[in-house]
Amino acid sequence: MDFGFSKREELFLQMIREFAENEVKPLAAEVDEQERFPMETVEKMAKIGIMGIPVPVEYGGQGGTNQMYSMAVEELSRVCATTGVIVSAHTSLCINPILEYGTEEQKMKYVPKLAAGEWIGAFGLTEPNAGTDAAMQQTTAVLDGDEWVLNGTKIFITNAGYAHVYVVMAMTNKEMGTRGISAFIVEKGTPGFSIGKKEKKMGIRGSATCELIFENCRIPKENLLGEQGKGFKIAMNTLNGGRIGIAAQALGIAQGALDETVKYTKERKQFGRAISAFQNTQFQLANLDAKIQAARLLVREASYNKDMHKPYAVEAARCKLFAAETAMEVTTKAVQFHGGYGYTREYPVERMMRDAKITEIYEGTSEVQRMVIAGNLFK
Amino acid sequence: MNIVVCIKQVPNTNEIKINPETGTLIRDGVPSIMNPDDKGGLEMALRLKDQYGANVTVITMGPPQADAILREAFAMGADRAILLTDRKFAGADTLATSYALAGAIKTLDYDLIIAGRQAIDGDTAQVAPEMAEHLGLPQVSYTVDLKYNNGLCLVKKETEEGYQMLEVPTPCVLTVLAIANQPRYMSVKGIMEAFDKEVEIWTADKIDVDPNRLGLKGSPTRVKKSFTKPQKSPGQVYEVDAEEAVGIIISKLKEKFII
Repeated sequence: MDFGFSKREELFLQMIREFAENEVKPLAAEVDEQERFPMETVEKMAKIGIMGIPVPVEYGGQGGTNQMYSMAVEELSRVCATTGVIVSAHTSLCINPILEYGTEEQKMKYVPKLAAGEWIGAFGLTEPNAGTDAAMQQTTAVLDGDEWVLNGTKIFITNAGYAHVYVVMAMTNKEMGTRGISAFIVEKGTPGFSIGKKEKKMGIRGSATCELIFENCRIPKENLLGEQGKGFKIAMNTLNGGRIGIAAQALGIAQGALDETVKYTKERKQFGRAISAFQNTQFQLANLDAKIQAARLLVREASYNKDMHKPYAVEAARCKLFAAETAMEVTTKAVQFHGGYGYTREYPVERMMRDAKITEIYEGTSEVQRMVIAGNLFK
Repeated sequence: MNIVVCIKQVPNTNEIKINPETGTLIRDGVPSIMNPDDKGGLEMALRLKDQYGANVTVITMGPPQADAILREAFAMGADRAILLTDRKFAGADTLATSYALAGAIKTLDYDLIIAGRQAIDGDTAQVAPEMAEHLGLPQVSYTVDLKYNNGLCLVKKETEEGYQMLEVPTPCVLTVLAIANQPRYMSVKGIMEAFDKEVEIWTADKIDVDPNRLGLKGSPTRVKKSFTKPQKSPGQVYEVDAEEAVGIIISKLKEKFII
């Protein structure tokens, strides 16, 4: 593995940074304040291929790498974590399982439009009584002739309402436990499928997080994704990939908060000098910088393994655990360095601290990541 | 239609600092970019391509590292890229540069040649107009808008007083301002493909030129001295109405015996 960037990655970084600075950053505060889904940004991202980076060209994607996809989520999240998670949930949680487990017909039907950003994707696993214990699925799917009939409720679904395509888990055989769970593709507008209440969140407030409600929702038989009974495995593998995206999001938030703090401490004067001149400032920021770079290398390692088709579940858990906790630490300290100003919405670090918290929770809490890592230690 | 776009790699002057002791530019670690006016020119060519279909060739003269901006041009949508690179080109002033570029472009098929008005590292605005002279082509400088119709370019040219609308037959040379448009972003697919395409490396032997007119040998310009502009003091700001301002200006000018 190469620690530096290839020429292609450098050019990609130049593009994504320019895009993030010019198109995403100016909207970040407003999107947060108004809890507004930045549809115009999604359209701009679609135009240049950001909605389908690691998708093969034959399925309408850009033919990029997972490494580049992680770089994109990082750079977007550096200025706006909402935008970062829209891309991450869409790519990792919806396109990815269809590419991995879909039939050729399913791939041809859904992936080109998703990769082009014409459609947005989402993923439904979590339920009121099935969070970390995801096996406790209460949503059911019963085969009736040529159709599956879905009943139940999913909660905390990212991109809900704006998404056209939902990968949804449901119980097809209760007696079989986790082996009784299956995955389905549900399209927006299917009768019996509706979007429930929108959550009022602490952070990533521009991202739409809603309930999915299925009431005798009938979908064609061929919308079963992968084999019947393999849904739990599909969900867990999908989340392994998703964690790299969330780690990249956390990394971006952390880097963004450090950038803001370096800038602020150079300008802010107390006791007759810039607060960046105090050794306490320098040493604390040096610690944070080292942690951020460590998180970045963990994200690069996990992305590299995924690109090389090597196992990456433990690597993904490590990078998500470390990047999320780093993001929380960096943003909390960033607010502290900004003092009273940091507690106001005049400065972006307040938003970044609120945005960082979710990275320790979704797509597997930090505790789940520790379970995965420990499971590997004691196997 | 065949369009040739001349581009140049320049240091990002926004990030250049001056060494206070020697008064020289500190170029170390300063990122290189595609010159902004040239990027505007490339965007203008790519819009013609989107509208009418065209083959867009980008050409640059510079060291091997200039490959980076040619890849960027590929990722934006250029079809072909040529890098003129040879020690014999080194030390060229605007005359020798324009002569070499003209010698290379002469060997290509073209209907339209587009260049940026000027590069942010030299700010001469001479290369493209000189190149037009070498090629014996009509030229319009300071282009901010272009409409193309069947072999005719309708060009909006910025002047100090306003704008001129000029009609010029192709083939011709246009120089473009960065403000003419908002250049597109590179696409992800474009970036993926940019490194699979070939950047053609052309040396002095490959083009139609007299070697004595290249590089330092072909450059009549001599730099006598270079120095850093002395910094002006920040001045004094008065927030007053026009009448009072006139009074203040007159008294200040009198104070300094200017009037």
